[in-house]
Amino acid sequence: MKTLLSKIRVRMPLLFAASFLLPLQPLWAQEDSDHQYTSEAVEAGLQVYTRECALCHGPQGDLVDGINLSINQFRTVQSDMDMRQLVTDGTADGRMPAFNLRADEMSGVIAYIRAGFDTEGVAVVIGDPVRGKALFEGKGQCADCHRVAGVGPRTAPDLSNIGVTRTPAVLQRNLLDPAAALMPINRPVRLVTRNEETIVGRRLNEDTYTVQLIDSEERLRSIRKSDLISYEISDSPSKQATTLSSNEVADVVGYLLTLRGLQ
Amino acid sequence: MKLNTGIDRFIVAALFAMAALHASAQIPFERILNAQDEPESWLTYNGSYNSQRYSRLDQLTPENVSELRLQWTLQNQVFGAWQSNPIVADGIMYLTERPNTVMALDAITGRVFWRYRHVPAENARICCGANNRGVAVLDDRVFMGTLDARLIALDRVSGSPLWEVEVGDVDRAYSITMAPLVVKDQVIVGVGGGEYGIRGYVAAYDAATGEEVWKTYTIPGPGEPNHGSWEGDDWEHGGAPVWITGSYDPELNLTYWGVGNPGPDWNAGQRPGDNLYSDSVIALDGDTGELKWYFQFTPNDAYDYDSVQVPVLADIEWRGTPRKLMMWANRNGYFYVLDRVTGEFLEGKPYVRVNWSSGLDENGRPIPTPQPEGMPTFPGNQGGTNWYPPSFSPRTELFYFSAWQDYATIYRSEEVEYEPGRAFLGGGFTVLAPTQGAPTIGIGRTNPINNWTNEVGFASLKAMDPQTGEEVWSFDQFDVSDSGMLTTASDLLFTGGREGYFHAIDARTGELLWTINLGGQIVMAPVTYSVDGVQYVSVISGHALSTFALPN
Repeated sequence: MKTLLSKIRVRMPLLFAASFLLPLQPLWAQEDSDHQYTSEAVEAGLQVYTRECALCHGPQGDLVDGINLSINQFRTVQSDMDMRQLVTDGTADGRMPAFNLRADEMSGVIAYIRAGFDTEGVAVVIGDPVRGKALFEGKGQCADCHRVAGVGPRTAPDLSNIGVTRTPAVLQRNLLDPAAALMPINRPVRLVTRNEETIVGRRLNEDTYTVQLIDSEERLRSIRKSDLISYEISDSPSKQATTLSSNEVADVVGYLLTLRGLQ
Repeated sequence: MKLNTGIDRFIVAALFAMAALHASAQIPFERILNAQDEPESWLTYNGSYNSQRYSRLDQLTPENVSELRLQWTLQNQVFGAWQSNPIVADGIMYLTERPNTVMALDAITGRVFWRYRHVPAENARICCGANNRGVAVLDDRVFMGTLDARLIALDRVSGSPLWEVEVGDVDRAYSITMAPLVVKDQVIVGVGGGEYGIRGYVAAYDAATGEEVWKTYTIPGPGEPNHGSWEGDDWEHGGAPVWITGSYDPELNLTYWGVGNPGPDWNAGQRPGDNLYSDSVIALDGDTGELKWYFQFTPNDAYDYDSVQVPVLADIEWRGTPRKLMMWANRNGYFYVLDRVTGEFLEGKPYVRVNWSSGLDENGRPIPTPQPEGMPTFPGNQGGTNWYPPSFSPRTELFYFSAWQDYATIYRSEEVEYEPGRAFLGGGFTVLAPTQGAPTIGIGRTNPINNWTNEVGFASLKAMDPQTGEEVWSFDQFDVSDSGMLTTASDLLFTGGREGYFHAIDARTGELLWTINLGGQIVMAPVTYSVDGVQYVSVISGHALSTFALPN
């Protein structure tokens, strides 16, 4: 028996296999000079990763909560030395076992992670960040909804740290095909309460009995589902695919990659 | 001894009283055999040998359950999923925490009497978390299996070690995460390591001495029946671990064990054949461990569909005939009813979307429909359900378990060479998600924000009718659930989920009666017991064990 309010969902077809097979792009293959691993090391690292790491971390590196290896999001690791040490020693709390890897295996797996899990290296064109910033704030209309470094509205996700959490390929797809790139938790929601209040906003969290969101007035709201008479979740983001030219998209991506949070 | 003072007399009287109490607090096999008759205690992993996780206690009812109050909390000092199942005997709780620590505590106050810590060998290899699911008790002993594949007996009163034996070779990644099963004077354990190319077995040890009594491999060796379900030397490192506690039928003198996946996990083509007894239930003689029958759920498994679910036993009238049944919601997405005398397949139906198979034939063998490369397989790698214990209520005659609905993965297989002690997986998988790069479900939950959402799967508690193999009602949650079940004689059903809500549900209708947010994932089943006429219900959420009762 369902005890909960049944949801009205505006459904779009699930995107199947093909979209998962697109290679992720290496964000770290840029200027940073401390990431000079050979392509052979990256290739060998895939084998080591599959054998030793993939069961827990998953083939995309995102199965352990708070960690996404393919975009180099870790709990504690910063340097390659940190990673080497963690893999060798494991964690004291017993979450991650210690691995006894040969030196070449260790270098390989780090190279593979640093390469964003991409053994091919298909590069997204990355344009000029200065031009990109102007487009972001002007013609591209990004700043109409997105906030960066304390400036701008909060209705869409804050992008101050987006250069750390997204690869160039994902950023590009966000501009070209936002519906395919929208994270499910960020979906726009529309709720009507028993008091006949209509709340429109962006979902922040949800569980069986409650939903948390930021509403159109930028207020944090936590609503009990038992207080609702309708709850709609849209599969479409509020933004449309960009009309910027491909050079301009490249510039915006270049700018977004510079957004790396508090320095 | 001269009794010439009042103090002396007092001391002697007190000693006699303690000795009397001590004797009554023994836990002989007969008590465990009749555990259902003394619901004040919770004497085995699943509460009784039939593993119904059903208690005859009825102080808590649908009418008063909403008045439950927190009585005490025990905080775990170690991070990581806490999958331990408490044993409660005569008001004392025996509980493990990561990695291999045992505690005895007062079940009324939660205060700890003693603590024993085993530090597993550094080279212990555990695929999926440093889990331990609890102890077994017999007479004055407590038994724990360890991550480095040892079996340890402790004195139940002092917590001091009595004996310790090696069950498996830690260098070859054998491990123990399950709670042992005590039968007569034997302690029985299975070994984990299905992701490392072990050759699985179940082994029994003399409870008094630790001496090995028998050992039955889950993969038959050369010359044994069904050895031909493997080719070449695949059988030597074919997995088939046993990492969940079995059940026991004293009338038939059979123990029942769920067997895990064959290895390498995802490359079935590398190990042609049915790969017996991987993904099977095996019935072993209660004295000798001799294999009496088996039933395989998933031959030549390519999806990691361990059949390590708890064998749930019931003697009920089935379609007009009294039968000794075994009910089984399998990780492969099918719900089965078997005759546990013979292993005969009686009924089997999918309870979630299943596309790796188009159905079961008259013998219960699945008709395989492998999906094209890159396409999603339902249910996904963690299965339609998994190891967490179900419940069967003899009052409602319904079988309750946590299912994962709308959950799929895309598998990838590759050739892999066996190296002792190393992961032996043969590929990988991706959880099907609506957006590339979106967060997906992993093993356990540590994030208070559900940013993967129900679009990659959600929990559905299902009440199954074993007469039809159909669901009578379901209770859905937004996140998936690895919570087990507990039912009581007042038709209450207690369960949880990854969101940290602890629920009391009407076992007849599925109606939610009471819920509380305990704030951390519930990845084991609740237990209930009674001390001094007060019924308690205990559940682990996150890193805390919380115990509830009605207000005084």
